[in-house]
Amino acid sequence: MKKWTREITSPSEQKWEEFYRNRFQHDRRVRTTHGVNCTGSCSWEVYVKDGIVTWELQATDYPQLEDGLPPYEPRGCQRGISYSWYLYSPLRVKYPYLRGTLMDLWRQARAEYPDPVQAWKAIVSDTVKRRSYQQARGKGGFRRSSWDEVLELIAASIIHTIQEYGPDRIIGFSPIPAMSQVSYASGARFLTLLGGVVMSFYDWYCDLPPASPEVWGEQTDVHESADWFNARFIAVMGSNLNMTRTPDTHFISEVRHAGAKLTVFSPDFSQVAKYADYWIPVHPGQDTAFWMAVNHVILKEFFHERQVPYFINYVKQYTDLPFLIEIDGSRPSRYLRANELARYRDVENGDWKLTIWDKETAQPCMPKGSIGFRWAQKERGKWNLELKDGLSDAPIDPELSFLNKHDAVVEVEFDDFTDGSTVRRGVPVRHIETGRGRIAVTTVFDLLMAQFGVERNLPGEYAQDYAEDQLYTPAWQEKFTGIHRDTLIRFARDWATNAEQTGGKNLVIIGAGANHWYHNNLLYRSAITALMLTGSVGVNGGGLAHYVGQEKLVNQASWSAIAFASDWGIAPRQQNTPSFHYVHSDQWRYERGFAAYDRLPGNGHRDHTIDHQVRAVRRGWLPFFPQFDRSPLQIVRDAQDRGAETDAEIIQYAVDQLSQERLHFSVEDPDAQENWPRLWFIWRGNAIGTSAKGHEYFLKHYLGTHTNTIAPELAEGHTSEVSFRTQGPTGKFDLVVDLNFRMDTSALYSDIILPAATWYEKDDLNTTDMHSYINPMQAAVPPSWESRSDWDIYKALAAKLSQLAQVHLPAPIKDIVMLPLHHDTPDELAQPEVRDWKTGEVQPIPGKTMPKFRVVERDYTNLYEQYISLGAGVEKNGVTAHGLQIKVDDEYQKLLARQPHSFAGKAYPSLYEARQVAEAILALDPASNGELAYRAFEEEQHKTGLQLTDLADGLRDIRISFSDIVTQPRRVLTSPTWSAIITKGRAYSPFTLNTERLIPWRTLTGRQHFYLDHASYLDWGEQLPTYKPRPDHTMLDETQKSLMEAQGKLLNYITPHGKWSIHSTYSDNLRMMTLSRGGYPVWLNDKDAAEMGIHDNDWVELFNDNGVFVQRAITSARIPTGTVFVYHATERTIGVPKSPLRHKRAGMNNSLTRARLKPVLMAGGYAQFTYFFNYWGPTGVNRDTFVFLRRLDHVEW
Amino acid sequence: MNIRAQMSMLFHLDKCIGCHTCSVACKNLWTDRKGAEYMWWNNVETRPGTGYPTQWENQEHYRGGWEKKNGALDLRLHSRAKGLAKLYYNPALPSLEDYYEPFTFRYQDLFNAPAGDDQPTAIPISLITGEPLEIKTGPNWDDDLSGSNIYARNDPSMEDVPPEIRAQLDELERVVFNYLPRICNHCLNPACVAACPSGAIYKRAEDGIVLVNENKCRAWRMCIAACPYKKVFYNWATGKSEKCILCFPRLETGQAPACAHSCVGRIRYMGVLLYDADKIPEAALVPDSELVAAQRAAILDPFDPQVVSDARASGVREDWIEFAQKSPVYKFLKQWGLALPLHPEFRTMAMMYYIPPLSPVVSLIEDGLVRLDLAPEQHDFELFQRLDAARLPVQYLANLFAAGNEQPVRYSLRKMLAVRLYMRRKSLQQEIDQATLALLTDAGTNPAEAEEIYKLTTLPSLSERFVLPPYHREMTIEAYRDPLTQKGATGLGYLQPPARGE
Repeated sequence: MKKWTREITSPSEQKWEEFYRNRFQHDRRVRTTHGVNCTGSCSWEVYVKDGIVTWELQATDYPQLEDGLPPYEPRGCQRGISYSWYLYSPLRVKYPYLRGTLMDLWRQARAEYPDPVQAWKAIVSDTVKRRSYQQARGKGGFRRSSWDEVLELIAASIIHTIQEYGPDRIIGFSPIPAMSQVSYASGARFLTLLGGVVMSFYDWYCDLPPASPEVWGEQTDVHESADWFNARFIAVMGSNLNMTRTPDTHFISEVRHAGAKLTVFSPDFSQVAKYADYWIPVHPGQDTAFWMAVNHVILKEFFHERQVPYFINYVKQYTDLPFLIEIDGSRPSRYLRANELARYRDVENGDWKLTIWDKETAQPCMPKGSIGFRWAQKERGKWNLELKDGLSDAPIDPELSFLNKHDAVVEVEFDDFTDGSTVRRGVPVRHIETGRGRIAVTTVFDLLMAQFGVERNLPGEYAQDYAEDQLYTPAWQEKFTGIHRDTLIRFARDWATNAEQTGGKNLVIIGAGANHWYHNNLLYRSAITALMLTGSVGVNGGGLAHYVGQEKLVNQASWSAIAFASDWGIAPRQQNTPSFHYVHSDQWRYERGFAAYDRLPGNGHRDHTIDHQVRAVRRGWLPFFPQFDRSPLQIVRDAQDRGAETDAEIIQYAVDQLSQERLHFSVEDPDAQENWPRLWFIWRGNAIGTSAKGHEYFLKHYLGTHTNTIAPELAEGHTSEVSFRTQGPTGKFDLVVDLNFRMDTSALYSDIILPAATWYEKDDLNTTDMHSYINPMQAAVPPSWESRSDWDIYKALAAKLSQLAQVHLPAPIKDIVMLPLHHDTPDELAQPEVRDWKTGEVQPIPGKTMPKFRVVERDYTNLYEQYISLGAGVEKNGVTAHGLQIKVDDEYQKLLARQPHSFAGKAYPSLYEARQVAEAILALDPASNGELAYRAFEEEQHKTGLQLTDLADGLRDIRISFSDIVTQPRRVLTSPTWSAIITKGRAYSPFTLNTERLIPWRTLTGRQHFYLDHASYLDWGEQLPTYKPRPDHTMLDETQKSLMEAQGKLLNYITPHGKWSIHSTYSDNLRMMTLSRGGYPVWLNDKDAAEMGIHDNDWVELFNDNGVFVQRAITSARIPTGTVFVYHATERTIGVPKSPLRHKRAGMNNSLTRARLKPVLMAGGYAQFTYFFNYWGPTGVNRDTFVFLRRLDHVEW
Repeated sequence: MNIRAQMSMLFHLDKCIGCHTCSVACKNLWTDRKGAEYMWWNNVETRPGTGYPTQWENQEHYRGGWEKKNGALDLRLHSRAKGLAKLYYNPALPSLEDYYEPFTFRYQDLFNAPAGDDQPTAIPISLITGEPLEIKTGPNWDDDLSGSNIYARNDPSMEDVPPEIRAQLDELERVVFNYLPRICNHCLNPACVAACPSGAIYKRAEDGIVLVNENKCRAWRMCIAACPYKKVFYNWATGKSEKCILCFPRLETGQAPACAHSCVGRIRYMGVLLYDADKIPEAALVPDSELVAAQRAAILDPFDPQVVSDARASGVREDWIEFAQKSPVYKFLKQWGLALPLHPEFRTMAMMYYIPPLSPVVSLIEDGLVRLDLAPEQHDFELFQRLDAARLPVQYLANLFAAGNEQPVRYSLRKMLAVRLYMRRKSLQQEIDQATLALLTDAGTNPAEAEEIYKLTTLPSLSERFVLPPYHREMTIEAYRDPLTQKGATGLGYLQPPARGE
C-alpha cells in the first residue's frame, strides 16, 4: 500500500493527547440559566473546575412535547455561552463603590452628626453640597467602600425622604421579573413595604403591544416557539428571529421543510430573510399600509365575491363583527347597549351588555359573554361565548351584514389620515327603537367592508378595482411601501388560501421592528385583522406571535403576591414608567405635544400630551407618583388632626382637599421641588443607560450632570392643565443606587454601586413565553468577592432600615395610597362615558370618576421581618390572576410546616433564603400546583357557567418544586390564569381556551375586537383599523438646531435588536466585542456612504437636538438607502470617543431619542381599557427618530 | 479493501442561523489562553465574503492544498525536497493582519478613573502588547455583509459567477447572504500532515482525527501554509501549532464536539463513515468536475457484506461498523446525495460535509417598486420550477461545494424543494396526487425517502443528530497501562508529565 498519510495506530504514541483531555476534565456541572430579558430561558450547565467557572454548555434534557414536534434542545445562543467571561472579568463589580465626592461629604457629615439620618439631611439640604456630587455623576472618581457604610447611608436617605417628603418619592426600576423572579421580587417587595414606587418596564421598553389589550384585553399572550411548527404560512415582520429568538429559530428553518411557506418583511436584507421564500422589503414603518391592502383583497375575494364557511363561522362566534354599532349622523359611533332596548332595559349592568342582530327573529338581541356578564353580582354563570341570548337563553344566529336586508343606506364618513380628508361611503343600516328614539345601526362587518372600500354596489367612493388608487387598495399602498401591487395580491391570496385549507394555520411573528413605531397599535391591528378574518387566532399554528421582551411570568398569581406584598395587605404603588419619565425627566418641555405629529379627524382636542396625562391621572385612568404636592403621610396626619378616624374619613378628607384645590396632583406641576422623585434604586437593568429613552434629558434633569442635548424647550403656551415653570430644574434625584455585577452605563452614573451576584451565583426562577418550562437559576459557585444576591442585598437594607426606624419611625404610620382603576376587576365598568369631575360634569367619586384610595399601615421597625416572612394575607385571600381568586390556605399551611419563621409570636412561611422564595412561588401557583389549577378552573366555571375542571382532572397530583426543576426542566400546567390548553404535550397557542372552551376574551364584548368605541378612539379616528402616516422630521422638533450646526445627511434612525448583545448585556463582553467589530457600529447603505465620502470602518458622528453618538461605520448593500441602523442598546462605557460637535464624551443609542406618548393609549376605566401594571398605557416609542450623519477624520478619547 | 473509520460532521446550511454559538463554545474550551487569543478553531463566515483569515480560499496567495502535477498530486506549497530547502523561508504563511490583532479594552479604567470633567471610557488595546490599538480587523469582520462593497465583492469563490449577477448582488433585487461554519476538515488526504517536517501531525487510525502532537511540534509552521482551509494555527506563546481536535475528549466519552453540541440551529450531525484507505489519494486525482462523485465513491457502503468483512479484517471494531450503518452523515451524503464537501478542488478530501442552502426568490425593480420575480402561474415553492430565480447564484454554491460543477448542487437544492412540496401537499390535502409524485421522481426521490429526509432534517433529537460510536478507551489504554491503574491515577499529573520538546 502506498502510504498516503501519517497514521498512528500505537496508543502509546498518543499518550500526549492527555494534554487536551486534562483541559476538558472538570469538577462540577450545575444547571442554571441567564436572566437577561432575551426570552430564551435556556437550560444551561455551568462547568466548574478548581472552584472557577470555566465554561458553559447547554443542557439538553427538556421533556418532549407531542409526537411530530421537533425537540427544544439545545437552547442557548452566542451571548449566553459567553457569560462566564463576566465572572472574573475586569468589568466585574467586586465590592461596594461610592463616588468619592459623596464619600467625602458623607464621612465628614458622619463625623459631625452621630445620627446617620441627620448626616444625610445635612448633605442634601445644602444646595452646594448636593450639586457637588450631582455634577460629579458619571465622571469617574469611584472609591471602594464597605457594605456597612453604604447600607447605612442608603437607609438614612430612605428615612430622611420618608420624613421630609413621603415614601412615594422613592422609586425603583427593575425590568422583566420573568427572567429572575426572586431577584425582581426582592426590590419590589422592599419598596412596596416601605411605600415606595415600583416602575413598570414592559410599556416603557415599548415591548407592550397596545393592540393586544385593545383587541384581546390581554397584555400579551403568544405561542411557544414549538407551535410555530404547526403553522403552514408564516409572515415575519419587525422580528429578526436569528438575532432575537436565536434558540427558537430552528423551528422556522424546520417548519419550512414540513411544508410551510415563509414570507419575511423587513426593509433590510435581515438575518431571518435568508430563510424566506419571499423577502418583501417594505419601507420602514409602512407595514400597516401593506396589511391594510391585504385586508382589502381578503374582504373582497373571500368575504364578498365568495364566502368561506370556516371564516364566516369563525368571525360570527369569536369576533365583534356581528355586533351592532350606532351611526351618529355620518360617523360610526358606539356599540348599541342592551339597556337601550325595551326588552333588556332592566338587565344588570345593561350599559355593559351589547347587541347582535339575530337572523332568525330579525331583531337585536343580547348575546352572553360581554363584560356586563363578567362582573354580574346577581346572575353569574353567563359570561361565555355560546351564541345564546343572555336573557332568554334562546339560540342566536348572528346576521353579519345588512347588505341584503336593510332599512336604509347611510353615507358614512371615513378618515383619510394621509391628507386629512374624508371619503363618504354608503353603509346599510337598520332602524331601531330605543329609549332615545329611533336610531340607525349597522354591523361592525358592514363598517369594516366600507372602511376597506370593498365595492358591494353601494353608493359612495368605493374602489372599482385593485389598480385604482383609493384608500386601502393594492395600488394605494404602493407609494408607502414601495411594493408592487402584484406582489401584494399574490401574498394576500396565498395567505387566505392557506388559512382556508388548514383551518387558520397562519402565523404572524412580529416584534420590536414593528412595535416601536409611534402608530404601532394601528400597525398591529392591520395584521391582526388579517388573522381574525381568516380564523387564525386561537388555533395551534395560527395567530399573532408577538415577541418583544420576556414578559411571561408563568407563576404570576403567586409571584405577584410576594413581589407586591399583598401577603401583608399592602396596596403597591405601581407606576407606568412612560408617563413618569415623560413628565419627570421633563421631556414634555421639549415638544409641542402630540398635535404636532399625531393626526386626528376634524377639530378634536389639540392640546399637549401632558394635558391628557394630567386628565388621565385625575380620572383614575393612569397612576402617577409622587401622588400629591404634599406627603401622603402628612395628609393622613392632617385628616386625623381634623377628626378623621376611619380609613373612609381619611380618604374623604383627601378627596375634599383635591376637589377644593387645596391639594394637587403632583403631575400638575412636576417641576415644583415638592413634586420631584428623590431616591432611585436600579437593579437588574440599565435604567440610566440604554433603557433611558431621552438619555440626555435624564442626565440633565434627573442627575444634574453633563449632557449633550441642545434641544430648545417648546411646550410653553401649548399646555392647559400643567404649570410650565420657566426654568426646568436640573438634578432632581438626591441619590441613585445601582445593584450590578458589571460596570455598565447606569453603574457609571450612579452614586453607589452595590456588587450583585451573577446568574451563576444565586438561586432564582426563570420563565418565558418561548417555551413552557420553568427553569431554575442556581449557584454554581458562591457569590464572588463581596457580591450578594439581590434578595440578600434588599434583605440587608431592610434590616438596616428597621434598625434606624427604631429611633426615627418607631410607631406604625398610616399612608394614603392612590391607585388607578384596575383591569380584571369591576373597575372595568366604572366609566360608561367620559366625564370630568374637575369641570363639574360629575361628582368626584373614588374608584368611579377618579382614582381609588387605600389607607395602608407602615410598620418600619418590622419591615425586615415582613420582608422575610410570607404574610397571612395569602392564606386568607388566596392568590389572584385574570380576575380569578384562588384559595391556597392549605398549601400555605404546608409551606409553613416546611419552612417556618416566627416573629412577634406568630409563625409564617420563611422567605429568608432566595430558594425559599422560589419554593413559595412554585407551591402557591396554579401553573406549578395541579390542585390549584383545578381550583382555578372551578372558579372560572362559576363565572362562565361552562364545564371546565376536566382540563385539570389529570393534573391534581402534580406539584413542581425547586428540586424538581433543578433535576430537569418541568413543563407548566394548563391553567385559566393563561389562555391555552397544553395537556398531553400540546404546544402552547394562545386563546385556544377561548375558541375551544368558549371562555370569553377579557374585553367589552367578550370577543376579539375589530371595533373600539371608547370616546378617545372615536376622537382619534381609530375605532376601525386604519392607516396613519409616520411622523416625519418636520413634525418631531428634534433636528432643527442640529440642521444649523454642521454638515451632514438626514437619515432615518433605526435601532433594531442586535446580534452581539441582549440589550446592553454582553455588548461589552470581550467575546462579543471580538466577534463583532469591537464597538457599536453604525450600519449604512454602501451607496449612501460613498455619497458622503464614508468608507467602511471610518468614524462617523450621528447627531440631532437630543444628543450625539460617535462610532465607526459599516457600509453594506443589505441596508436600505436613507436609513442608518445602530443595533440597539449600546453602552457609553466602552470605546466611546469625544464628540467633535459637542466636545464631551459622545453618548449611546438612546442619546438620540426622546419619548413621545400617544394619548389615545391613556384611556381608562372602560372594559379592556382599564389600567394594569405593564398591561396598558402609552408606550415608550422611539423608532420614528431622524438623525444627521457625517464622517469624522479622526477622533479623540 | 483497507478500510478505516472516520468521524465526520455534516452542516445543514439551510438551517444555519449564523449565531456563532459554536465558535464561542470552542473558544471557551480550547483557545481562551495566552498565545491562542487569535485562534478560532471553529469560525462562521458570512458568504459572500472573504472569511477568516481573509481570503483563505485564495491559494494563488496562500498556496494551500494539493495540485495535480504530471498526473500525481503535489503540495501546492512545495514538494517535499523543496520543502526542506525552504524550511526557514515560508512566504505563504498568513500574517497576523490576515487573521487580526486580538484586542481588549482598558475596562478597569471605569473603576479607577479619577474624578474628572468628563466621563471615562474603556479604550481599545492590543491583547498582545497592551498598547492602544485601532481596531481594523477581526475574526468575523465581514459578518452579515459588513463592508460588502469590499469583502463580499472580493469573495474568491465568486470569481466566475456571471458579471451581471455579481453586479446585482450589490442591489436590493438580489442582495443575499448565507453562513458557512468551518472547523478543521480532518481530511483523508491532509496537506498539513504531508507538509510537517517533524512528523508531528498524524491522523488517528481509530477515528480519522488529525492532530498536532504538542510534544513533537517544532514550529516549522509548514502545516499552517499547507492547509488550504487555514485551520492550523501557531501558538506564539508555546511555540507549537494547534488545531481543532474534533473535541476528542468529548467524543471519547460519548459527547458531541462542543461546537456541534452547542449548535442551536441544530444544523450539525455526526457519524461514522467508512472508506478505503487504498483508494486515497487516487480519488483526489480526478478532473474537477468529477471530484464530488469520486469522493462520494470513496465512502463505502457499510451495509455491503464485502465492506463489512473487509472492515473487520482491517481492524475496524464491530460496533463501529454498526454505527457506520446508523450514521446520519452517511444518509445525507451517500443515500440521499444532499451533502457536499467544501472546496473539493483543494484535493485534501475534506471529511466535513455541507448541505447547500436555499434562498429567497429574486425580485425585479419596476417603476421604483419591488416586485417578486414570479411566474404568472401560481406554484408552491416556485424555485423548484426555476432554480435560477434563487437569490444565491447556483454557480457560486457550485464553486464552494463542487469545484464549479453545478449539477450536484442543483440536485441537492431541487430535492430539498421537492421534500417541501411533498410535505406541504401532505399536511394540506392528506392525499398525495400524481403531480406531486411526478415531481418527486423528477427530483430523484420518492415518498418514502422524502419522509426520511423530512424527519432527519426537522425532527432529530440529540441522539439522532449525533450517532457516536463507543470508543472503548479501556482497550486503548490497556495497550500501555492497566486500566485499573489508570482508574486510580488519571488526572494526578504524573502519568504524562508535561514536557517541552521530547
